[in-house]
This record gives sequence, C-alpha cells and structure tokens, in this order.
Amino acid sequence: MRQVLLLLAFLLPFAALAVQPDEMLPDPAAEARARAISQLLRCPVCQGETIDESNAPISRDLRLYVRERIVAGDSDDQVIDAVVDRFGEFVLFQPTAQGTNLVLWMAGPVMAVLALLLAWRFLRIRAAARPETTVALDQEESDRLEQIMRD
Amino acid sequence: MTAEFGHFALILAFAVALYQMVVPLIGASKGWGGWMDSARPAAVAQFLLTGLSFACLTVAFVTSDFSLKLVYENSHTAKPMIYKISGVWGNHEGSMLLWVLILSLFGAAAAVFGTNLPPALRARVLAVQASIGAAFYAFIIFTSNPFLRLASPPFDGRDLNPLLQDPGLAFHPPFLYLGYVGLSMAFSFAVAALIEGRVDAAWARWVRPWTLAAWMFLTFGIALGSWWAYYELGWGGFWFWDPVENASFMPWLLAAALLHSAIVVEKRETLKSWTILLAIMAFGFSMIGTFIVRSGVLTSVHSFASDPARGVFILGILTVFTGGALTLYAVRAPQMTAKGVFAPVSREGALILNNVLLAVAAFVVFIGTMWPLVAEMLWGRKLSVGPPFFNKAFTPFMIALALALPLGAILPWKRGLLGRSLQPLRGALLLAGSVMALVFAVSTGRSAIAVIGAGLGAWIVFGAVAELIHRTGQSGWSRLLRLPRADWGKATAHAGLGVTFIGISLLTAWQVEDIRVAQVGQTFRVADYDITLASVDEVQGPNYISTTATMQVARDGRPVATLQPEKRVYPVQAMPTTEAAIDNGFFRDIYLVIGDAQKDGGWAVRTYVKPFANWIWAGTILMALGGIISLSDRRYRVAAGVRRVSPAAVPAE
Repeated sequence: MRQVLLLLAFLLPFAALAVQPDEMLPDPAAEARARAISQLLRCPVCQGETIDESNAPISRDLRLYVRERIVAGDSDDQVIDAVVDRFGEFVLFQPTAQGTNLVLWMAGPVMAVLALLLAWRFLRIRAAARPETTVALDQEESDRLEQIMRD
Repeated sequence: MTAEFGHFALILAFAVALYQMVVPLIGASKGWGGWMDSARPAAVAQFLLTGLSFACLTVAFVTSDFSLKLVYENSHTAKPMIYKISGVWGNHEGSMLLWVLILSLFGAAAAVFGTNLPPALRARVLAVQASIGAAFYAFIIFTSNPFLRLASPPFDGRDLNPLLQDPGLAFHPPFLYLGYVGLSMAFSFAVAALIEGRVDAAWARWVRPWTLAAWMFLTFGIALGSWWAYYELGWGGFWFWDPVENASFMPWLLAAALLHSAIVVEKRETLKSWTILLAIMAFGFSMIGTFIVRSGVLTSVHSFASDPARGVFILGILTVFTGGALTLYAVRAPQMTAKGVFAPVSREGALILNNVLLAVAAFVVFIGTMWPLVAEMLWGRKLSVGPPFFNKAFTPFMIALALALPLGAILPWKRGLLGRSLQPLRGALLLAGSVMALVFAVSTGRSAIAVIGAGLGAWIVFGAVAELIHRTGQSGWSRLLRLPRADWGKATAHAGLGVTFIGISLLTAWQVEDIRVAQVGQTFRVADYDITLASVDEVQGPNYISTTATMQVARDGRPVATLQPEKRVYPVQAMPTTEAAIDNGFFRDIYLVIGDAQKDGGWAVRTYVKPFANWIWAGTILMALGGIISLSDRRYRVAAGVRRVSPAAVPAE
C-alpha cells in the first residue's frame, strides 16, 4: 500500500497541498527563510516543481530537512549546499554561475551587446545612405501598385 | 464505420496536400496559370477533408466508441459532454489532428481570401503551406494514427486526465495551435518571397494580418493556460518557466518582433531580410515547441504523451523545414537591399531596438530551456534551469522594453528629436511618477519590484493614452474617434502590456499567504479579512467525489463572500485535484484552498490574498483586443470585397 501511495504521489504532482501546517517553524522569520530556500530547490523526482510546491514525500522530507538545518543555525547557502551534496546540482533551480554554466549566464548579456552593436552599425549605414535614384516602374509593377492603392 | 471514414478522409487529405505542394510550384516557375490556380481548390479540399476526418473523430468521442483505442484511453461514459469533445484534442493523436486541421484552415483561408495576391506568389505560398501539411499528415498517419481500432472493445474507457477536465484547459490548446500554426502563414509567405526573390511593401502588408492573427491567438492561448494554472494548481502560481510554457512563449516573443519589423518593411522598405529571417524563426520555434511537447525530450508537467520515435520524426520535419528555409535565405538574402534612409533616432530606430530586445529575450528563454539538455549531452551533468534563473535573466529586457516603448511609439519616421517627442509624454511621465510614489508609500519596507513594475506599467499605459491624444492634435475628441483603427489597436495592445506589468509586479510583491490547521467553525484573520471554516462536506460529482468546504469571508464585520474550495478524487484515474475557490476583485483576489483532514481534527487550509491578480489577464485580453482592432483596420482587411478608392488611404503618421 505504501508503495502504491508513493507511486501515486510521484505521478500526481499537484495532488494536494505542498507545505503542510505541521511542517512550519514557529518563528516567522525562520519560516520565511525556509520558504525562500524551498523555492530555489527542485523536487528530485517530480517534473519541474520546487520542493515548496511539490507534494511528493521526498519534497516533504527535504522541506523538513531545510528547516532542521535552519534551526541548527546554518546560513542559507550552507543549507542549499547541504541539499546539493546529497542530491547533486540537479536540485538547484538556479544553476551556479561557475565553470561552463557561465555560458548560460553570459549568453543573454553578450547577445544583447552584439545585437545592439549590429543594430547600431546598420543604423549608421542607413543614416549615411543616399536615397535611391528613382527608376520608372515597368508595366507589371505599375499594375501591382495600382492594385495596392486600391486595397 | 465512422472511424474508417475519418481515416480515409485523412489519407485523401494527405494525397491532396502532396498534389498541392508540387503542381502549383511547377506552375509558378513555368508561368502556367491553370497549374498555379489549382492550388486554391486543392487548399479548400484539403481543409474539408481534414475537417471531415476531425468531425469523425469527434463523433467517436461523443458517442464513446470504445472500439477506437484513442477513445478508450482518453474518454469515459460518465464524463460531461464538454470534456468528451475537448478529449478529442486532450491527447497526442487528436491534438496533432487539430494541428493539421488548423494548418489546412489557414491554407484554405489564404486560398479564399487571397484574391488580391499576385497569382505566382499565391501559388507558392499555398504550395509551401501544403508541404508543411504533407509532413504532418505523414507524421499522423505513420506514427500517431488516431483511428486505430481495438480487437475486443472494452466496456468503458480510462477517462481523461482530470487536470485536463477543466474549461480553461479545454480551450487552451485550440487557441495555442491557432497561434502556432498561424505563424506557418508568415513562414510560407517568407519562403515564397525567397523563391521569388522579392520582398516589398505589398508583401509586408499581406503578411502582417496573418502574423497579427497568429500573435493574437497565441496571446489568448497563453493567457488561458496561465489562468488555468492560477486557479487549478492550488496555490495561485501563474507562470512557471516550464519548458512547455517557454515553448509557447518563444514564438510569442518572435511573433511580436515580426509584427513590428513588418511595419518597417511596409512603411519604409527596410529590414527586409531580417523580417524574412524572423518569419522563418517564429514558425521554426513553433515547431520546436511542438517537438519539445511531443517528444518529451525535456520532461515537464505537460508531456502527457511522449514517445521518442515521434520525437525523431518531428525533429526531422523541423530540420528539413527550418534548415531548408534558412539555406534558401542564405542564398537569397543578399538580394534584399534596404531602401529607406533614416537617422538612428527615429521610429525605424525604435522599432529596431524593439526587435533587438524581443529577439534577445526569446534567445535567453531558448538557451535557458535547452541548457539542461546541452549540459547532459556535452558534460553528462544533470542540472536544472528554473524560475530563479529566468526571472533574473529575462526581466532586464522587459524593463528596457518598457522604458523605451512609449517614446519609441511616438517618435516620427525618418528623423526625430528625443526632446521634442518627450513633450507630449510629459503628462504620462508625471502620472507614472505619481504611481511610483503612491506604490512606494503604501509598501514601505517591501521589495522594489512593486515600485519599479507598477511605475513602468503606468508609464506604458499613460504613454499609450498620451500618444492617442497627441495624434488628435488640436482638433479634439471628434478626431480621436476618426483615428485609424491601427492607431487604436496599437494603443490598446501597448496599454494591455502595461496593465499586465502592473499586475505581475504588484501580485509578486504584495501577495499574502497563510497556511494553517482550521477547526470547523473556527475564524482566523488574514490581511484584514476574517475567514470562517463553516463546514466540510462530501459531495458526489458526475465523475468524481469531492470534499467541499464552505468558508465565509468577512471584512470589518461585513460579509465579503462565501467560497467553496474543493478537493476532488477522480476514481477512474485514481487522481486527486484541488479546486481553489476564488473571490475575484478589481484590486485583489481572495484565494482559498482546502487540504487534508488532520489527525487530531481540523483541516489544512491555505488562504491567499492576491492583489491585482486579475490585471495580469485583463492586460493580456487588452493585448489580444488590440490585435483584433488593428486587424479590423481597413488597410489590413484581407478580403475587402469592394475596395473604395480613398484619396488619403494611408495617413502620413
């Protein structure tokens, strides 16, 4: 029965409430920290949910673990590192900005700078361009023009 | 029998599509009128046949014909009629049939309404459209056939996933597909123009209505999906940066960029090759979206049907079409020379900035979505990219966009002066500043998101109003009503974006959450509201069992609402769902969720007060409405039957 329940819980990501009242810490500030941390951690068995939203048993365990660490006096980073040590970087919803992941973090800004430079170059060219000398339209084109003007 | 009929109609549609992708193309290159024109009846026939096939499948679902494997797997006799119908596309095979139905619908629409297109261009557009169709007909018939029979039909079906049994989600896919597939028209026009080697103002004018329609449907479809997530998932999240959401968001961003760059092509004969590239990419991303959803390559909550063989097939289609179009682009793009001359500070310049921001934002979403896949393939690392990354990496582009938008929208073509264009916006700037001050005053000690987001949103909204007033000049209100509808559409859509910004930022910053155990009869207080858990009852629904709580909400002793949040169990799929109860309001939603019974009595209860939540969707509806208003502008009416010659057809803006 337990296995059936576990399986169900894995299959049903939204089945019930995530954070349960009995998990919460009495100190609102500590609880707020726990919630903030929970929103950065991915449930290891669900599909794209944070442990804060997920109702899988493992997420509940992780939420309790995060709170345990907070009560024990860990800093936010220490708590996150402790979870990553157990489950790997898969649980980090925000990938670390180190090593090859720098490509991910820098892709947007680098692309933006490149695109702006390209756009600026194009704008300079357009500003310096001379208006084209007018060429008389051939028959086909003037027909088209007439059609367009009628629209 | 009906099923075989539908199956046969689908195969016939495939055959017609094969004809339509070859014959008109030959006709167009040889200049044979008959061959070219045969594309039109073919496009209509293809649509009718696919429609017939879709109707047959619908009949099978409505009559619960469990001899069809698909119906058995996704339907149940006890299901309400609306979900029997929506069950047709609530599964992989049926949704692909809907995909080609809409594809052929757009083809037929271009054939019927495209009377003013040059015959060769029309023939090529329809041929390209048919080639996309042919690929997807093959995909359906060979890998995802909805008409397969079961040798021994079971007594009853396995029911539709209960999460999909919801009005919001029932109509979410059709709208999304209208958007995705609508972009195929822009793609077909782009490829046809590349084959012809010419892009001009007329081309841009023909492409714009199709893109506008696609963008509008996409806007509405995405909004519907996010609204569904808001009320169905039980905690009021509205956007998760889930791969499947991103798959619909990337084409939306690119379609928005395409809409704006096509204006430059139409008015100024510049940005031609970029616009063609955008048209190819926008549809390319639609297909990437289909690939992501259908292959399950990036597992997410949405992939209710994933299969590697299908994924490979779609990847093949994606590669052939996007790769082919890009190759053609590489060959032909140098011929598309820009004509207009303009200074960097001008409407053209502003629209280029718009395109840079939207395209780079789409790129950021793309790389974030694909990064886990890349990391796993290259380095064997299993990592995740989620909301915290996207919020940080994506938001700056939206802030820049919001800052520039009202000014860019009011700049004159060719050459403008920032100082002069700012003058009509002084009022808007002042009002946006006051909004920021107000928000700052009421939210002391809270995050900057509220102040910045609401300020930017207000700047866009008031900027749109200021632009309308500016366009009327000295002649007052009567002129306001006679402004071209395109101006109204533009102002409405821009204001909608501002409203959505306000909604997202204020909801994010000011939301109040309360989680507790409540005894029946107990009253508790959340953010000035007194909430009473009056009773909890078991209720039998048509195909589910519900635990329904009755909760009273009061403020200062006056009743505000009585809400009934539910927890349902669908026995056929043994699946529980939460049905939050929401009291919608202009300034706030009260959002109640009932949870499990607790061991020592009482119930887990979640209460949220969500300020300005409805503004998010009100804004998206305004954006879509702006699209409709623009579409109705006589300049873009695709099928203006009798065309009046008016002396001032195009206002000089």
